[in-house]
Amino acid sequence: MNQQEIRDKLFEQFGEEVIKGEDLFRDQVTLTVDRSRIAPVCRFLKEDPELAFDFLSFVGAVDRYPSRPRFEVLYQLYSLQRNHRFRIKALVDETDSEPAAIDSVVSLWPTADWHERETAEMFGITFKGHPDPRKLLLPEEWTCHPLRKDFHVEGNDEETPDLPRKVEQGS
Amino acid sequence: MHEVASSSDTRVRETFELNVGPHHPSTHGVFRAVVELDGEIVVNVTPHLGYLHRGYEKTCEAKTWHNVIPLAERCDYMGATSNSFVYCLAAEKLLDIEVPERAQTIRVIMAELSRIFSHLFWLGAHAHDIGAFTPIIYCLRERECIMDMFELTAGGRLMPNYLRIGGLIRDLEDGFVEKARAFTDEFNFRVDDYEALLTKNPIYVDRTKNIGILSSEDAIALGASGPMVRASGVRWDIRKSEPYSGYDQYDFQMAVEQGCDVYSRYLVRVREMRESAKIVRQGLDKLKPGPIRATKPGAVFPPQEEIYTKTEALIHHFMLVVEGVRAPVGQVYHVIESPRGELGAYLVSDGGPRPYRLKWRPPAFVNLETLATMTKGAFLSDLIAILSSIDIVLAEVDR
Repeated sequence: MNQQEIRDKLFEQFGEEVIKGEDLFRDQVTLTVDRSRIAPVCRFLKEDPELAFDFLSFVGAVDRYPSRPRFEVLYQLYSLQRNHRFRIKALVDETDSEPAAIDSVVSLWPTADWHERETAEMFGITFKGHPDPRKLLLPEEWTCHPLRKDFHVEGNDEETPDLPRKVEQGS
Repeated sequence: MHEVASSSDTRVRETFELNVGPHHPSTHGVFRAVVELDGEIVVNVTPHLGYLHRGYEKTCEAKTWHNVIPLAERCDYMGATSNSFVYCLAAEKLLDIEVPERAQTIRVIMAELSRIFSHLFWLGAHAHDIGAFTPIIYCLRERECIMDMFELTAGGRLMPNYLRIGGLIRDLEDGFVEKARAFTDEFNFRVDDYEALLTKNPIYVDRTKNIGILSSEDAIALGASGPMVRASGVRWDIRKSEPYSGYDQYDFQMAVEQGCDVYSRYLVRVREMRESAKIVRQGLDKLKPGPIRATKPGAVFPPQEEIYTKTEALIHHFMLVVEGVRAPVGQVYHVIESPRGELGAYLVSDGGPRPYRLKWRPPAFVNLETLATMTKGAFLSDLIAILSSIDIVLAEVDR
């Protein structure tokens, strides 16, 4: 199926209440899915015999700071049986009282395990229902999320005490 | 006396944890795993990553589109050209650039040489892990030939840094084609030599056959790609399923094995080396004279000689270096078949001269996820064989 057919099928199945937006760029469609319905949409993408997205390429995120909602969580899919690719995303926001969170898809694609752990530590997004939500690449004691746009590459003394500091000139 | 014997009979079976790495010689970099053992049997493996995490994706957000290429090659220094290849293809899709045919062919030749390069080092290191010392000596000899070719035409040996958005940095150096042809003519016999050392070697076969079983269902569910899934009987090679850079015009076989074990992964990679040499030879045959870089002022660097003779070219070059190219707002994902599997680059542009976000899909990282599944119930000594059969490059795993 081509990108347009997959898009039509998803619209037909879920309608505009769940599919909140779409974007076509260079023959690649990105559908925006309602955050709370990500699990059923993913299940449909995987289990529908015509779509058959049996392979998850990656789960990632984009920080749109300072716009709101702040985060896009991306799911890049591939079907080995049908040889087609598709991408969906969900918009996730965080507030002072509530951290950014979305349902985990590890039960559908076990490969999502490490991708979600990496995304969680890099952006500070919680994947609800993740079987093993430890940090993957970063030191345990870090509380910051380096791929956020408001994180400075140099780090700072409180959040990343183990990073080498820039030596002041003349000192 | 009787009491002592009965108490030792009722001892509790308990597992213990063994730390492997990060500086174990077989971990191919700085990989650390905590292995839970029951005697000599592996119960569970918990990998601990991040020793080589350098913030690649974050760093790219501060580079202009053209400046990312050398960084990308440092992700997977074993198949360096694959990384700049996928990045350039994704960036060209984003910027809507058509690459000239000669550049496409040379890219394929370089990518296939780097695949052989990567597989050669894998073969040597893998055999070494299992206890066969000889193959690595021969493998490094052929690898040296490829490095010489890279050096001749691109300057760099390990990381040639030869590809550019829109094409290549310069044309092939005189003598490259002859050297490459001589290498491919000879290479099949060299692979015969490696196979003579391992393929029917009873020690090697004993150590690898039926070890590290990964069923095709598990492989797909865990996101494995490349030689890992092809050794589990899955017919999937991105060069065939989604041809890029003219791969549909080459005649080569997909290497697929049904064994699902370490031995099958060995056979797949050995056959891939032979097929890659075939592709290089076909590429050399179809090389026609022509431009090596697309013409798109303001997005692609102008030819070097024009910078010295034409004012516009000088201005475009200057602006590209100082300001970079402003890509249209959008996002693209492009994949290629790297020596390790599906290597993908997801680029997000906000209309600025730098990537707003660059997400790398590193195949070695995802393939490593299969380690726990493959090692369950194996002997500790087999863990080393299984780990090396994944062909991890820690620089790519940790980024």
